[in-house]
Amino acid sequence: MTTTDLLVVRGLVAGYGAAPVLRAIDLTVPAGTIAAVVGANGAGKTTLLRALSGMIRPASGQVLLAGEDLRGTPVEQLVRRGMAHVPEGRGVISELTVDENLRLGGLWRRDRADAGRALDEVYQLFEPLARRRRHLGHQLSGGERQMLALGRALVGRPRLLLLDEPSLGLAPRVVARTMALLRQLRDRTGLTVLLVEQNVRSALAVADQGVVMSLGRVVIAAPAAQLRDDVDLRHAYLGF
Amino acid sequence: MDRFVFLTVDGLSRGAVYAAFALALVLIWRAARVVNFAQGAMAVAAAYVAYTVSTATGSYWLGFVVAIVAGLLLGALVDRVVMRHVDHASPLNPVIVALGLVLLIQAVLGMVYGSEFRPAEAPFSRSALTVGGVAVLSPYDLFVFATIGVVVSGLAWMFARTPVGLRMRAAAFAPEVSRLLGVNVGGMLTLGWALASGVGALAAMLVLPTELGLHPHAMDLVFVSAFTAAVVGGLDSPPGAVVGGLVVGLLLSYVSGYAGSDLTPLAVLVLLLAVLLVRPGGLFAPVAARRV
Repeated sequence: MTTTDLLVVRGLVAGYGAAPVLRAIDLTVPAGTIAAVVGANGAGKTTLLRALSGMIRPASGQVLLAGEDLRGTPVEQLVRRGMAHVPEGRGVISELTVDENLRLGGLWRRDRADAGRALDEVYQLFEPLARRRRHLGHQLSGGERQMLALGRALVGRPRLLLLDEPSLGLAPRVVARTMALLRQLRDRTGLTVLLVEQNVRSALAVADQGVVMSLGRVVIAAPAAQLRDDVDLRHAYLGF
Repeated sequence: MDRFVFLTVDGLSRGAVYAAFALALVLIWRAARVVNFAQGAMAVAAAYVAYTVSTATGSYWLGFVVAIVAGLLLGALVDRVVMRHVDHASPLNPVIVALGLVLLIQAVLGMVYGSEFRPAEAPFSRSALTVGGVAVLSPYDLFVFATIGVVVSGLAWMFARTPVGLRMRAAAFAPEVSRLLGVNVGGMLTLGWALASGVGALAAMLVLPTELGLHPHAMDLVFVSAFTAAVVGGLDSPPGAVVGGLVVGLLLSYVSGYAGSDLTPLAVLVLLLAVLLVRPGGLFAPVAARRV
């Protein structure tokens, strides 16, 4: 691997119970890029993210984050290695306020001053959240929850952001704004994003790299532009 | 009228203890979804430790502090050694295990200390001060109110305002998401058990001097009253537990004062039944939050 590869996955096998969902995944995400993982339902996209963040324990294979092997690292330690995982459904804690949800994202940090700065930055980035600091999570709209989940991850100043279906249940306008924001974060802060999406068009529009999964394997990993433009590939694997 | 004032004050004083004990039940319920039926026995065990220390050193206060520390440790121990390993798939499993713990703790206490009542010392006079010819509060009542007031507000402050309180709430509401955000969920659970058990031990230290004294079963009835208080308040609501405790304390005091103390255990059960029939979520049950 080169020093610019932030995430390297080699031969990752994982699943629930006896049958593996992921069969030997190989994947490389260079630092400061966005990789979009697309594929049909049941291809193993969510399972891939869960295996990367340790929510399920891989049966075999290797996950390297900036060259460090993550095997055996407890889930709650991964955020300290620079990995943030925004789960499917986004995981906003309904019973906590917006402010509490956001602060939770930075509680693990030793540098309290910078955690405070990161919190302020997130409020600047997401104006609506700043207006609803004291509201409970369950009082927010879908778009606001999305902002909250994303903002909460950013408070931890991650190097690698794992995003599971950020477009799920959101209006096209909100999806477009989210994707634009990811691109902006990549360009401005060098954030690396691994994005899992059903919404192939929006995902490939923003991504640098497109990763197509099918039945637990990576069938194509190519520049996103190539996937967007190659009609045969799109027809064969993406159905549009 | 004098009698009413006396019964009210007495009821609030007992109610404060029920409130603390109910709060301890609510803490564990919120953190672990377990009704800790062993809490009474655990609290008595801590009180026995205090008794041993106080008799050896002659200092009530040393025993008092040791009881709370013993309660904290016992709670952490019960979580780590026992409850952590219970399969929570069926809600009945932890209940059965907790009842097993009750038998175990009471048997051990019986073997070590015997089953006769031991005197539980009160650090202040329990005879009531009179205000304008009416017997109102004893210094001990004041001590009980002040201690529980400090503990309850301290816990409320901790949960609402401190980082560790935020972590504990997050871990209870959404353990998986909390882990992704770097919260040591297992540690928060153990801390919750420790705190609850410490509060339980404190409640035992406060109530035992007003009862017959120290005995392996000394907290059994207190547990029933506190459990009722927690259910009245709604098992999920700490303020509900406090109000529930005061309500149960008052009710029991009035029933025993006006109708005879034989009826008090019955009154608790009637109240418990009534609440479960009319409002099973408790009086303070929050409107169910939409889970997304």
